[in-house]
Amino acid sequence: MVDTNWLKISKHGLYVSPANAYIDPVSAVDTAIITHGHADHARAGHRHVIATEQTLAIMSARYGSNFASSKTALTYNEQFSIGNVGVRLIPAGHVLGSAQIVLEYAQTKIIAAGDYKRRWDPTCSSFQVEHCDVFITEATFGLPIFSHPEPEDEIKKLMQARYLFPERSIVIGAYSLGKAQRLIALIRRAGYNETIFIHGAMKKLCELYQSFGIQLGSLKTTPIGKIDKQQISLANKFIIAPPSAMGTKWAQRLTDPLIVSASGWMQVRQRAKQGGVELPLVISDHADWNDILRTIQEVKATEIWVTHGREDALIHACSKMGLSAKALSLIGYEDESE
Amino acid sequence: MKAFSDLLHSLLYAPQRSVKQAYLVQFIKNTPDPDRGYVISALTGELSFKGIKASFIRQIVYQRCDPVLFDLSYDFVGDLAETTALIWPKENNKNIDIKASEVIIELQNLSRIDASNYLQKLLDQMPEPQRWALLKFFTGGLRVGVSARIARLAIAQTFEKDINEIEQVWPLIEPPYLELFNWLEGTGKQPEAGGRAVFRPMMLAHPLLESELPKLDFNAYQAEWKWDGIRVQLVSAKNGVHLFSRTGDDISKSFPELVKPLNWRGVIDGELLSGSPGKIGSFQKLQFRLNRKKASVAIQRESPVFIRVYDILFDGKNDVRKHSLKQRRKLLEERMKFELNMRYVDLSEILPEVSITNLQKWREQCRAGGLIEGVMLKDKASAYCAGRIKGKWFKWKRDPLTADLVVLYAQRGHGKRSSFFSDFTLGAWHFDIKENKNILLPVAKAYSGFSDNELKQLDKFVRENITQKFGPVREVEKTLVVEIAFDSVQRSNRHKSGIATRFPRFKAIRWDKPVKEANTVSDLIKLIDT
Repeated sequence: MVDTNWLKISKHGLYVSPANAYIDPVSAVDTAIITHGHADHARAGHRHVIATEQTLAIMSARYGSNFASSKTALTYNEQFSIGNVGVRLIPAGHVLGSAQIVLEYAQTKIIAAGDYKRRWDPTCSSFQVEHCDVFITEATFGLPIFSHPEPEDEIKKLMQARYLFPERSIVIGAYSLGKAQRLIALIRRAGYNETIFIHGAMKKLCELYQSFGIQLGSLKTTPIGKIDKQQISLANKFIIAPPSAMGTKWAQRLTDPLIVSASGWMQVRQRAKQGGVELPLVISDHADWNDILRTIQEVKATEIWVTHGREDALIHACSKMGLSAKALSLIGYEDESE
Repeated sequence: MKAFSDLLHSLLYAPQRSVKQAYLVQFIKNTPDPDRGYVISALTGELSFKGIKASFIRQIVYQRCDPVLFDLSYDFVGDLAETTALIWPKENNKNIDIKASEVIIELQNLSRIDASNYLQKLLDQMPEPQRWALLKFFTGGLRVGVSARIARLAIAQTFEKDINEIEQVWPLIEPPYLELFNWLEGTGKQPEAGGRAVFRPMMLAHPLLESELPKLDFNAYQAEWKWDGIRVQLVSAKNGVHLFSRTGDDISKSFPELVKPLNWRGVIDGELLSGSPGKIGSFQKLQFRLNRKKASVAIQRESPVFIRVYDILFDGKNDVRKHSLKQRRKLLEERMKFELNMRYVDLSEILPEVSITNLQKWREQCRAGGLIEGVMLKDKASAYCAGRIKGKWFKWKRDPLTADLVVLYAQRGHGKRSSFFSDFTLGAWHFDIKENKNILLPVAKAYSGFSDNELKQLDKFVRENITQKFGPVREVEKTLVVEIAFDSVQRSNRHKSGIATRFPRFKAIRWDKPVKEANTVSDLIKLIDT
């Protein structure tokens, strides 16, 4: 019999009671197991943090190296236990260091996948499929309208824009952790070897990726504040910046900026339009609808729990597939990090 | 369809109007007839298909996709064409390219069942961007930020013509506008009305800013009341008399008493009001007439209407639009004495002695009457031009009424606002005798007036305060007060509160204001126009 009573929903997040540990807690707790480094999942203030080495490094870069009094770095597939609960981290393919948490207790295996994707990404390890009894999935893109195209084809649009508008600077809005580095790596693979400019807010994380051996080529931080034509002409150059910087003076001072945004949300045209985006690229670090359904089938779980996103549609689809599914309705995890 | 799809995407994402116009010019230059005309008609909203409407598309997509998943997706996307294009099963994608005109002509001539099959076949073969463009033909506004005006400006620019010339012939032509393009390319003659009663684009006013007042030379202007009715155009031609709304919709059928044959031919511009010249009725009564497709003699008697005339565009065959307002007014006064001397027509009064003091006084008076929306100021030398021309005609509306209301329900918006909670139902307090306590009753629905930033904050508020779901509607925690501006309050037996507000819009979000301090239904009843 599948026993799931030991994994509960609390106001801090998912709670593994026999281990007295929380998964991606939204507030400070004693023991936290963290799936990946995005700020809404990896928060500061926990006493003991268990995560991959990369995720711990990302948290150090964000919160300072003393962000927790005790840290446990696990490599992928390393067997660990807290009390009688088996804990193992396996790749989730979301961003550098991202992991699914495999929990084993009372003859039941539960996988909390965190955020994940199935598309190939040169900057992180690919999603590992493992059978389980209960699979806890996200549903950020849990609607059948979301079908992500091949990222290589989207990058071609970017290259074409540079060719069509040689006098403009091409500013790409992308989340600082993961998306930015993946874009840089994809641009390199498309044969572009010149310096790519990055917003100051991304410097630390790009360096961190490079320290883990991810090749990003020559990067240069754009000077904050004084960018004008006399100083540096960034025409025909790629500049990568966090989405929050796009509407600011920083972006307006660039040479005739062409506003690009790389996100799964760009699939919905009016959403792209709302953000003032001129060139939307559908590049996502989350699984699209078909990849979520495929994953659910491959892990052969009998129960599906949905953490956050568009859970109604996914639960409907699961029940049509004969699977028992329920929404956890966890709050505090945002869509914006895509 | 690929060229059309590419154009639509370029237009959608082009940040400025000038860039959109440039894309259109390029398209008009590079596209042969009849494709370009059909595509332009889709942009100007003049392309129509009998029976292929939103409900038809919904039927087709329900046959091919899980309806539950479709509805959830539609709720998220907020656009039927886009949701259908995105969710359509990707099976036989062949990447074929069919001409837009071929698709349009085919669909206009097929029976309902054949159209359904043909459309499904097209959707199966097209890649997603083209599916989206195709479906945009049938689902109303294209929502790519192109108005009919920009499309006509682009035509004017392409053929180096004055925009007014294009505006003037526009009502005379039909998609795919071969007559127009032949004339513009010098291979045909200028389109003419013949004996048809055709709508002529109306001249509109700019809102007057208080800061502009001291700069105006009042001697040059004529002041009139801005009546609170429906702006109309009455056209008397050889083939009959027709009544058109401001947007050119033929509303003759709703007002048979106004379109009886006349001996005089020409075009006049005025305000449709309920009641009679001596005793004007409420806007509500007018709306009652407008909502009826036909009006029996009894209805005509019970809810009479008349036209208060502002201007004259044609007198017989003479196009008098290029004459000054002063000359047109003189002519109009002449005609009103004889040819247009009818029970259901009267002349808009000219207010004496335009001055700052008088203007302010008149504007104050508007509120008391309720049937007057404000004051109009028109340059006496102005010709009658299509559209809103800077510095010629001004409208100075009375201040709106305001009330503090509580957000009760929210729904996702459409178009630019899709996927944001942007449509709000708002309530005012009412003491319920049965329950022996104060309850909130809906009194208004508002979905405009806020900035993009405020919209984001409102959306966040809704997401974090949902208490119940009713289909696409979300009930929220009753904690947020918003200040709403509206034009008037009317009695309504369709609403539990017994009142309805006209054109409610957001004025401010009162994050600071406690809910119990919001207005009551009886506060609003006091504002009803008599």
